[in-house]
Amino acid sequence: MRPVQAPLRAAFDGIEAGLNIVFPPSWNPLRNLGALAFFMYWIVAVSGIYVYIFFDTGLTEAYDSVEYMTHDQWYLAGVMRSLHRYASDGMVLFMLVHMLREFALDRYRGPRWFTWVTGVPILLLVIMAGISGYWLVWDRLAQYVAIATTEWFDWLPIFGQSIARNFLTTDSLDDRFFTLMIFIHIAVPLILLFILWVHLQRVSRPEINPPRGLAIGSFLMLLGLSLVYPAVSQGPADLSTVVSVVGLDWFYLGLYPLVDYWSSGTVWGFVTVLGLILIVLPWMPPMRRAPAAQVDPAHCNGCTWCLLDCPYNAIEMGPRTDNAAFDQQAVVDPSLCVRCGICAASCPSSTPFRKGGEVLTGIDLPGSPLNDLRQRMVDVAGSLSGDARILVIGCGRGVPVDSVASPSVAALTLPCVGNLPPSFVDFAVSRDLADGVMLAGCRDGDCHFRFGIRWTEERVDRERDPRLRVRVPRGRLAYCWSGPGGSRRLRREITAFAERLKAMPKRPRWEPAAGPPPAPTVELEPTGSDG
Amino acid sequence: MASAVKYGGQILVYAVIAAVLGYFSASPAFRHFPEDMALIKLAFAHGAKPKGKCRTLSAKEIAALPPNMRRPKICPRERLPVFVELELNGELIYRKALPPTGLHGDGPARVYEGFPVPAGRHALVVRLRDSDRSEGFDYVRATDVTLEPARKFVVDFRSELGGFIFK
Repeated sequence: MRPVQAPLRAAFDGIEAGLNIVFPPSWNPLRNLGALAFFMYWIVAVSGIYVYIFFDTGLTEAYDSVEYMTHDQWYLAGVMRSLHRYASDGMVLFMLVHMLREFALDRYRGPRWFTWVTGVPILLLVIMAGISGYWLVWDRLAQYVAIATTEWFDWLPIFGQSIARNFLTTDSLDDRFFTLMIFIHIAVPLILLFILWVHLQRVSRPEINPPRGLAIGSFLMLLGLSLVYPAVSQGPADLSTVVSVVGLDWFYLGLYPLVDYWSSGTVWGFVTVLGLILIVLPWMPPMRRAPAAQVDPAHCNGCTWCLLDCPYNAIEMGPRTDNAAFDQQAVVDPSLCVRCGICAASCPSSTPFRKGGEVLTGIDLPGSPLNDLRQRMVDVAGSLSGDARILVIGCGRGVPVDSVASPSVAALTLPCVGNLPPSFVDFAVSRDLADGVMLAGCRDGDCHFRFGIRWTEERVDRERDPRLRVRVPRGRLAYCWSGPGGSRRLRREITAFAERLKAMPKRPRWEPAAGPPPAPTVELEPTGSDG
Repeated sequence: MASAVKYGGQILVYAVIAAVLGYFSASPAFRHFPEDMALIKLAFAHGAKPKGKCRTLSAKEIAALPPNMRRPKICPRERLPVFVELELNGELIYRKALPPTGLHGDGPARVYEGFPVPAGRHALVVRLRDSDRSEGFDYVRATDVTLEPARKFVVDFRSELGGFIFK
């Protein structure tokens, strides 16, 4: 998949970087595609309820009532009709780009398969809801859609009578048809809402609403479009004629021309294969993954911090498996764990300040344990020299930090920057491993593992446990959330950071306390409070 | 100044999205049916006669049946195919034996076919056979019709109304 994903990812990165220039990071539309689609749903729902008040179910009444809304009451019902259409189109647009982006960023495999697979019926239901809505207007487009759809469905050997025959002449159609279509047009979005709820079940703290500024901007955009270019009908349906030329809504009806060019059976085959490919995509090929996070009950006191921080609800609290005097312990569901290591950083036991022995923590990634991190940190920092020794800690999804390594810059890569316990920053600075620490990763607000950047910043800012100790001078820590393509920006910020560090007062060199060799027992220094 | 550029950029982004939504919501137009053509639609569902004759049951056979299923005659369930021909301006453009539908072949035969024809005057003849006769047709109807461009001319069939219906 990489040959397909790589150019897509580069394209998304480029567009996102461009959008970052004009939007605040949290408002970037590309980072809020799912939430924007959800926002469109609510606009569609509210405008649909208003339009339904004026809609009349009848062979001629349906078209007339829509015309009344469009022309006689253009200032309200007409605008609502346009909002209904354009928000529906926006929903499809944002959903499609959302799917494409998640695919490009490799966010659809592994434990994320459930969210991806449940997204496929959402797309189908949205399209169904939209198509049923176009029938209701009963204009030339509705006539085309009705006949094309029923002729297409007639290919399936499940109907006793041809359903397309209902649209042979006006005599063969009655008002009850519109009652049926209204039922479908309301029922499908309600089912859709339920599937949307299912879609988000494995996502903790799902962002279903865009930031207020982006929501206001998007709504004003739709309102402006509705006023400047209102949605109109395409003339009343006339079953005694054939629709020759029709203005298609390509967001919903983009596949309809295929029915003209291919046989119905071929189109059914195409749609079925397309749907199956989308469904099996998370396993094409199967994702090779490191072992999931593991809990060590001996060092877990059931504090729930890891449960609160896990971005994918992979952690629950369960009964103790040992005789410790705590009520519960963390339990990891490996099928939901994305191996980000955010949980390991949230554990209050995850401290490198041990009077001898290993870094032992209540929860850790077996493939990237914190004990190794401490050793790697000591190793890479040992080769640093110069007046401003910088330790750059990056994530596997952001800019490759190894590329910036130099005699005065050492680099470490973690699965996610959120895998770094704040006590390790303290360790690096207070033990004089480096003069400053720079954290680099995904683009701001777009962490691959959702909350790596946010939790890290909140821990550093002492708003979230475990907190960075006050004794760490804030000026010795810097961020660079530049994303995978941000090498130049990272170099620039490292240079600027080095200048700031050089301007800071010199610190006394830290010397290890003299004394006997470390004892094998483990003692913890507090990390969650000032020391 | 910087914020003005940012707001201007945001407006530009929204304008581009709005343009995409507005344009593709009804454009580009799609030509579904050729200009200066009309459509003859042959569409009906009709059950042909049963395949085989009904047989009168003997008193013994009737008595052997469950009480709620006793009847004097027993008829074969399967139907014959419906044989249809459509002739346009003296040329046979459709000729087919339509099989009965249903798992047991006891449902109506179905046809739903469209024939685009140039607009103008046409001579049309339709024929249908739904019995076990080997030659000839049970229903025949002919007409001369003038079709305007994009006109849909429906050829339906209702045996209860006497045969072919032109709409």
